[in-house]
Amino acid sequence: MSTTIGADERVKHTSTLRRALVRPELGAMGGTVAVFAFFLILAGNTQMFALDGIMNWSTVSAQFVVLAVGVSLLMITGEFDLSLGSMVGFSGMVFGLLAVYVGLPAWAAIGVTVLACGLIGAINGLLVIRTGLPSFIVTLAFMFILRGLTIWSAITFNKQPVVSGIADISAGDPVAWLFGGKALGALFAWLGEQGLIATYTRGTRLGQPIVDGIPMLIIWAIVMVIVGQWVLTRTRFGNWIYAAGGDPQAARYIGVPVARVKVAMFIVAALCATLLGISQAVEFGSAASDRGLMKEFEAIICVVIGGALLTGGYGSVIGAALGAVIFGVVQQGLFFTNVESSLFRVFLGSILLAAVIANTYIRRAITGER
Amino acid sequence: MKNRVLKAALLAGLAVSATLGFAGTALADGEKYVLIHHSPDSETFWNTVKNGASLAAKEVGATVTFRNPPTGDLADMVRIIQQTTAEKPDGIIVTIPDVETVGGAIEDAVAKGIPVVTMNTGTAEESKKLGAMLHVGQPEFDAGKGAGERAKAAGIKSFLCVNSLFPNVAGQQRCEGFAAGLGVPLGDQMIDSGTDATEIANRVKAYLSNHQDTGAVLTLGPMTALPTIKALKDTGLAGTIFFATFDLTPEISQAIKDGVINFAIDQQPFLQGYLPVITLTNDLRYGVLQANSVLSGPGFVTKDNLALVESLAGKYR
Repeated sequence: MSTTIGADERVKHTSTLRRALVRPELGAMGGTVAVFAFFLILAGNTQMFALDGIMNWSTVSAQFVVLAVGVSLLMITGEFDLSLGSMVGFSGMVFGLLAVYVGLPAWAAIGVTVLACGLIGAINGLLVIRTGLPSFIVTLAFMFILRGLTIWSAITFNKQPVVSGIADISAGDPVAWLFGGKALGALFAWLGEQGLIATYTRGTRLGQPIVDGIPMLIIWAIVMVIVGQWVLTRTRFGNWIYAAGGDPQAARYIGVPVARVKVAMFIVAALCATLLGISQAVEFGSAASDRGLMKEFEAIICVVIGGALLTGGYGSVIGAALGAVIFGVVQQGLFFTNVESSLFRVFLGSILLAAVIANTYIRRAITGER
Repeated sequence: MKNRVLKAALLAGLAVSATLGFAGTALADGEKYVLIHHSPDSETFWNTVKNGASLAAKEVGATVTFRNPPTGDLADMVRIIQQTTAEKPDGIIVTIPDVETVGGAIEDAVAKGIPVVTMNTGTAEESKKLGAMLHVGQPEFDAGKGAGERAKAAGIKSFLCVNSLFPNVAGQQRCEGFAAGLGVPLGDQMIDSGTDATEIANRVKAYLSNHQDTGAVLTLGPMTALPTIKALKDTGLAGTIFFATFDLTPEISQAIKDGVINFAIDQQPFLQGYLPVITLTNDLRYGVLQANSVLSGPGFVTKDNLALVESLAGKYR
């Protein structure tokens, strides 16, 4: 009496279509398509979809992506970091003061800044783990502490809330161009010479290509999305991230070092903010103590549009990145259309709301969750 | 053990604050003034106001404390004025970002017998109506108009106003003034730039690439001027497009020198901090008060008069 070996009851077969549909980034993909369709109709005949226009909204989107990658990983582990916006200002200021006031070369100042800000991320995480307080509260405190330290240190050491003179120090530095420079400049110059891309028809740069390279921030954003998504979906550590946020107690029972995973993600998120802070300081040649205002919320919004749950355990890096693209495109796109610019916040809010509602609705319909 | 460490830390904290408190009272042998403004932390501009007020306070032997709503929320500013009024300082120096919102609280302070001098935003008429002694500031519309007239003389017909002060009436007035000086309607030539440097730079680029015939750019302060300088350099328009800005920083001075910025509209924040302290002290000590409000601006800083300004920019100018 042999029975044929039936399907393993623990393995449930689902169709490829269904598997594609339950991915967290589905809503964000729909939203991205909708937003691009919207602007193609409204601003298709403007500079928005010319090469320089694309570079324009891509740069703003890349800012959001850089933060959203860190925030999405952290939020999947079930934690928030409200100090990230302050961290953008703080890291730029630490870098600026070290370079301008202390006189370190740019590469050394960047190194020290990354270490210091990573350490603050770790302190954030350890405080959350040790005290058992919600990360919302702990990092809210750090939001004020870091912003206060930024303004105080700028006024104390530099007598002004803005530290300038970074451009001279980072020019020719072996590391600084990684943060504020542009990639593939030679290629674009060649394309311009060949007449393949638009060149300036007026001004001091007559004849030079309008787009003279890809801002490094865009490269960072792309690399971070690829690495982040790979770690999250293809490695054991990625499973730990989901487990730590989904059900920390169950995760501990099966041997996941939940505390370590969470602290690591706090560090990653802090470093993402540091990357943005240093990049802005190098790009604009100055560090201002009000950089990064509200960025923590904007990053959370991107991640939520991207399909992540505020309660953790669900979400994806690609989704968050798409959320960031939606955010950036909507914000910049309205400047290409002739829409009254004070209305852009209304548009932004409406599109955000629509995206999140659509997301939630699709997810519930497909996964059958409440 | 942990408890003992905690107690020690608390004691140390108490000791430090006690020392600070003592030092505070020891210094305050003159009048106590409070300066309340509406801006969020950290624009360079307010640092110059502080420098002016602090210098004046030092000269006359008074003390001046600075207060502002950290996020720029005017409702918070009203609370700060009310709280300051309750403390009954010897004088209050305050801005009028919106007379509807903060006017009541300022009137209450006057009614309580506290001498009030208004400065920076607001008008001399508003100041008088609220019962303040006088106003030290720059009429925003007139300053914008003066700048617009200069641009018109240079043959400009259209412009972009990069407004980072969107909820603040002053920003609108400056842009409208500039348009009036040019003799064109403001229309959609004003954009809400936000406060993030990258976003400001990219919005300026987006607007200019979509409005190729734009003749001039007006920025309302360092927050928008610095990213705009970068945007113009990036797009090769620096030096070819007419560029005016409000207020001064070392970077703006440099850009005037480089020919990127045609002129800066200087409302002389140093005077806006300095004069109210002197005015209050003169009135309290000697009973003398000038009859009129003071127009601290607009002063125009161009390549020709830059030398002195530059040596003092960020500190006294």
